[in-house]
Amino acid sequence: MLRRMFRRNREMMTGYMFVLPWILGFLLFMAYPIYFSLNMSFNKVIISSNGIKKDFIRWNNFKYAFLSDPKYVEELLMFIKSVVFMIPIVIVFSLLVALLINQPIRFKGFFRAIFFLPVVITSGQVVKELFAQGAASVPIVERYGIIDYLQNNLDPSWSEPIISIIQQLIVILWYSGVQILIFLAGLQKVNSQIYEAASIDGASPWEIFWKITLPSIKPFILVNIIYTVVDLFTNSLNNVIDLIKVNMFQIDTGFGYATALAWIYFMVIFTILLVVVLVFGRNDDYNPRKAGR
Amino acid sequence: MKEELPSLGKAIRRLDKSVVERFWYKIKKFLLGKQGNDGLVLKLVVYALLISIGFVYLYPFLFMTSQSFKSLQDLLDPTVQWLPKSLYFDNYQKAWEVLDFPKAFAASLLNSVLPAIAQTISCAFVGYGFARFNFPGKNLMFVFILFTFIIPVQVVMIPLFLLFKEYGMLGSPLPFIIPAIFAGGIKSALFILIYTQFFRTIPKSLEESAQLDGAGALAIFFRIIMPISVPAIVVVFLFSLVWHWNETYTASLYLGESMRTLPVMLQTFDIAFKQAFSSSQGASQTVNINESIKLAGTVLIILPLLTLYLFAQKWFVEVVDKTGITGE
Repeated sequence: MLRRMFRRNREMMTGYMFVLPWILGFLLFMAYPIYFSLNMSFNKVIISSNGIKKDFIRWNNFKYAFLSDPKYVEELLMFIKSVVFMIPIVIVFSLLVALLINQPIRFKGFFRAIFFLPVVITSGQVVKELFAQGAASVPIVERYGIIDYLQNNLDPSWSEPIISIIQQLIVILWYSGVQILIFLAGLQKVNSQIYEAASIDGASPWEIFWKITLPSIKPFILVNIIYTVVDLFTNSLNNVIDLIKVNMFQIDTGFGYATALAWIYFMVIFTILLVVVLVFGRNDDYNPRKAGR
Repeated sequence: MKEELPSLGKAIRRLDKSVVERFWYKIKKFLLGKQGNDGLVLKLVVYALLISIGFVYLYPFLFMTSQSFKSLQDLLDPTVQWLPKSLYFDNYQKAWEVLDFPKAFAASLLNSVLPAIAQTISCAFVGYGFARFNFPGKNLMFVFILFTFIIPVQVVMIPLFLLFKEYGMLGSPLPFIIPAIFAGGIKSALFILIYTQFFRTIPKSLEESAQLDGAGALAIFFRIIMPISVPAIVVVFLFSLVWHWNETYTASLYLGESMRTLPVMLQTFDIAFKQAFSSSQGASQTVNINESIKLAGTVLIILPLLTLYLFAQKWFVEVVDKTGITGE
């Protein structure tokens, strides 16, 4: 009894020893900065040569962001809208590619390597450069006047995000590298006997996809949606993040306001993730329509 | 006799039908396959789709490479679309100068290799702790780890900036190395998860037998666990390296003017170009910036990563298989 307690105690201590670096790092480089930035977001912060001067102004930074800032809310909404469009594109595309690669084909490794390439070599700056030089849009799309059509027939608040997506289509597809791999791993874990049994019973490939493949990779869909949301929101390729940086070095707004913007941004990410988990994570009874979206 | 004729006809017809049917079935089997995924038609469709999607995927790179070899004449000539009339290396030479390539390359190397080494070791250490030991607060810590994964850098960037400033670390790679030593920094949550998943797949009996031989936890970790975890270690190191290399946002903030990595140099390419060419060469020979030069610069920045990918492609692509990151 005593010995077992001793052993458990010892296991505990060894565990803490291994995790200790992370605890220290978390306190120093996460917890303290989080506390500090929360604090700052309620202050007007002026940094001068004498040090940091803080003025407690309650919710004013947040109020200003929502009520007076000429750009922030607009950019944020715009970005959220485009993310709402991008997520299904990325998920469906990566599932499609994963299904294709999972077929018994040659050069499997080669194709996999191509689709993963952008994950490795695209930094935000390189992608920006490619945008600027017009290398990121599919040339065929523009030729057929899809953009004009959208511009004429949709409300600008919706047509703008859609058009920006079309113009950045390749780059959006580029964000599918990791998701493709995750889907591939998921597909390979499906028991091949189930497929055989289904096809003996006369199920068509189409039915097999909806009734077997999709339900069995449903957990991977959730993982991929979460990954996509985090990836899209935390890469530096969006105007909201630029805006935060710009406000950081502006004298009239400053660090306090910039951190308030960052916190609003975080709350948005958090809410979206929560919604995703609630919608896709909870119901275990399978609904193909929902998962297909 | 009279009655037999129609039945014969019927038999012939039936035979005919079954032959046709069998023939049709054979063709169908050949084209569409038995299982629905091994037929010729489907295979052709799969290859066609993969190749066309692959082309769209590589389109920006092809465009960039072709564009970067174009001289000004080729660039302005609408008949020259993909293949430049001659390979024009001047763009690269100029981009090389503007980027200050050797210096920026060294800065990039310094700011990615060192933090990557630190992160690879520290995250393995922490991941082992999470994978093997039970202690109070473990689940809470895991929640916090996930939290650090979703929190955008922008939230903590400013306090960290002030912190690093206070300790005089700005302008050196330390703001990347120090958090990495403490299993923090760029995407460390992901690395800890990768390691945790990987260590869970190692059978416990290995450690138990070592324990019986009197080895301590640290010795077990460094002598037994680390050597058999090479796949996970390589994967984490490569990703850490690449993500640190590509980091632009915080790199330009923490490093400032004194040290510029390649992506940061690309950010200020236009300004740097003007400085390099209008001041030194004066009015006698004005060189204007054009897309080709900029894209040559972009190619130069991607090139080191491309080379790395070429050699280590297998490791990058097998990250999910090797480490079981997808959960279970």
